[in-house]
Amino acid sequence: MTSISVRRLQKELTEIQNEGCPVGINLLKADDFQTWFFTLEVMGDSLYQGEAYTLMFRFEPQYPISSPAVQFVVSHDKQAPIHPHVYSNGHICASILGSEWSPVLSVVAVCVTLQSMLASCKKKERPPDNDRYVRTAPDNPKKTVFHYDDDTV
Amino acid sequence: MSDMSDDNDYYSDEDMFDGTQDEDESGDEMELDNFGDDFKVPAKDKKKSYEVDYDSLSQQAVEKLMARDINHICSILGVEVDTASLLLRDQKWNKEKLIEKYMDNPTKVSVDAGATLPETGPPPPAPLRNSTSSSSQSSNRRTTRGSKMLGLGPKTKSPTSSPTISHHVPQSLKRASSKKAEDFFVCQICFNDAPNLQTLALDCDHAFCTECWGDYIVSKIKEESEHSIRCMAEGCALVAPDHFIRDTLLPAPGAPVGDVERESQNIAAWTRFQELIVRHFVGCNRNLKFCPYPSCTNTVSCPSAASKASLASTVPIVSCGARGIGPQDQEISKSQQLGFGLQGKEHRFCFGCPIESDHRPVICAVSKMWLKKCADDSETANWIKSNTKECPICQSTIEKNGGCNHMTCKKCKNEFCWVCMGPWSEHGTAWYSCNRFDEKAGVDARDAQSKSRASLERYLHYYNRWANHEQSAKLSVDLYAKTEKKMEDMQITSALTWIEVQFMKKAVEEVEKCRTTLKWTYSMAYYLAKGNEKELFEDNQRDLEKAVEDLSELLESPIEPDTIPTLRQSVTNKTVYVQKRNEIVLEDTANGFLEGRWKWNVAVDGFDDPEETVL
Ligand SMILES: [Zn+2]
Ligand SMILES: [Zn+2]
Ligand SMILES: [Zn+2]
Ligand SMILES: [Zn+2]
Ligand SMILES: [Zn+2]
Ligand SMILES: [Zn+2]
Repeated sequence: MTSISVRRLQKELTEIQNEGCPVGINLLKADDFQTWFFTLEVMGDSLYQGEAYTLMFRFEPQYPISSPAVQFVVSHDKQAPIHPHVYSNGHICASILGSEWSPVLSVVAVCVTLQSMLASCKKKERPPDNDRYVRTAPDNPKKTVFHYDDDTV
Repeated sequence: MSDMSDDNDYYSDEDMFDGTQDEDESGDEMELDNFGDDFKVPAKDKKKSYEVDYDSLSQQAVEKLMARDINHICSILGVEVDTASLLLRDQKWNKEKLIEKYMDNPTKVSVDAGATLPETGPPPPAPLRNSTSSSSQSSNRRTTRGSKMLGLGPKTKSPTSSPTISHHVPQSLKRASSKKAEDFFVCQICFNDAPNLQTLALDCDHAFCTECWGDYIVSKIKEESEHSIRCMAEGCALVAPDHFIRDTLLPAPGAPVGDVERESQNIAAWTRFQELIVRHFVGCNRNLKFCPYPSCTNTVSCPSAASKASLASTVPIVSCGARGIGPQDQEISKSQQLGFGLQGKEHRFCFGCPIESDHRPVICAVSKMWLKKCADDSETANWIKSNTKECPICQSTIEKNGGCNHMTCKKCKNEFCWVCMGPWSEHGTAWYSCNRFDEKAGVDARDAQSKSRASLERYLHYYNRWANHEQSAKLSVDLYAKTEKKMEDMQITSALTWIEVQFMKKAVEEVEKCRTTLKWTYSMAYYLAKGNEKELFEDNQRDLEKAVEDLSELLESPIEPDTIPTLRQSVTNKTVYVQKRNEIVLEDTANGFLEGRWKWNVAVDGFDDPEETVL
């Protein structure tokens, strides 16, 4: 018997392959049902015009009952977007990835939410506690209990 | 919230000093109920001044208290039990506040608690669709055994409002196919589309398959310790009432046995859920505290220590009534109880602060201050914990392997004190003070450097003795474990009865207890202002210390069958004496707090400012 996450991710993958992703979102890599990568661009007028970011999804066997671990990829040639809810190590403070996660949400839905989070940004800056957080952050952002100070995300 | 750490582990985590007990100073907490009438215990004939009155309550007893509050709300507000429970939980079990708010605006209170849907109608029953999708728009649901049984089948409200998609609303998965809508259901979480799929939904009609509901509820309870479990649909704030959770997790009576592993996991989750609600209730009531020992579900009620002010004069050490680690409701026999002694430690903890052990005679505020100081200075003081030192006369290495601090060098036969390295012969005499710190050095210090050295020396004096009593208590117990084996053997080879060999156990327990008292007296002495009161305190401390060292030494003497009767006599005498000395320290210190005798050399909440700050 396949686990619920495999069954569900298979379904999401088929849908992405058949119908494509929303504009600005592209599937980069989905070789297994543990880790997926997407590229993310903000369309139209925004502070992030012309910039492209990579998102990494990590799934537990309990997905979608439990939320995926989502973060921006940071490497020698990739940066996390400068945003008040995005830490420089790529971790994201968004309630939808924590307490507001609903099992009916999908990978694409998360991408779209993050896209609109960037689109509505008024000022490019890091979270005020960025340095302290990045110094002690766990590898997996799900291990962090974020305090969601802003419900618009 | 349920971080149940080892009871000896108070250096490791500074966060514990934040305390959960007194975090809420606002008017949010429930009123101070007096549960005395419901749970009367026979009055103890003479309460000692270092003891507090308290009751220990089982989980069932707390559930009764909860039920009383719930029924009260049911009758006043005319709501059902499950609703009353959700409302109370949302209002932190404050009945008066709930009633007042509810009278003012019942809809708002009820919606905020997730007990009812907002009046504007439910969120769209079918999960939101991708705006670009062309899949079927009607919601397809099927009433099944599961939802009928719960009376939660889809209501006749029609999902007229078509979902509005704004750019920031996340999309959920699209319907996969558009077969005939009427007899087709796909669970939007697992995509199971089996024809007889059983589904469940709350009053909002967001239906999902029973298995997904079960997995979700279990995950919320197990991984997130959540007692308020919301509907799975995105943005739906309805909270699952208790009967929904129970019926989802517990198999229906007479139902065929399914996946055994899954069922036992679900049952465990239901048990945990009930415990989480009790914990929430207890956490909202200042008169109650949940036992911090792992997997214990008892609660202690101690109204006399519920106020912050009371903690300036009492040290509310309580015990939940259970021992050891494991299921609580097991009856233990008398002989087991005796055998438990050291292994099955009593669940003793402080009602007033997060310290999970007996810190008498020192009040919470001073104990916390001291532990914080020790944690901050842990590196400076680490060397003290070493188990080896050099003989002060011949410098040969001496290892400490018992609790006794009377050392004899094997090589030169020098007898000295492990703590101060001074001659043992002078210990316990009135003119020698191993326990007292000579403050002169500090007074003479002029420049900053020698002042800071003096202050470090002063701290190390107290810390050294504090750490040593802790270590000695542990070593005594370790050593006793070896002795116990020998004693058991002697029962077989000699005429001694089992009861006759118990005197050692009693003595070791007493030594451990007294060393705990002694340990804490050093934290007290560190902060006590100089003067007569402190000197009297240290006299009592010294007398107890001397008695404990004597008994410790006796416990380490060789045991042979023919020496047992004499040994037994002297150990028993000394145990009684030690007990008496311990009483004196505890009583006198407690009385001192009640009489306002103690003055500190630092600012302490609830006390006058110090006349002279030493630190
Ligand atoms: Zn399902
Ligand atoms: Zn719902
Ligand atoms: Zn307990
Ligand atoms: Zn305390
Ligand atoms: Zn020597
Ligand atoms: Zn000494």
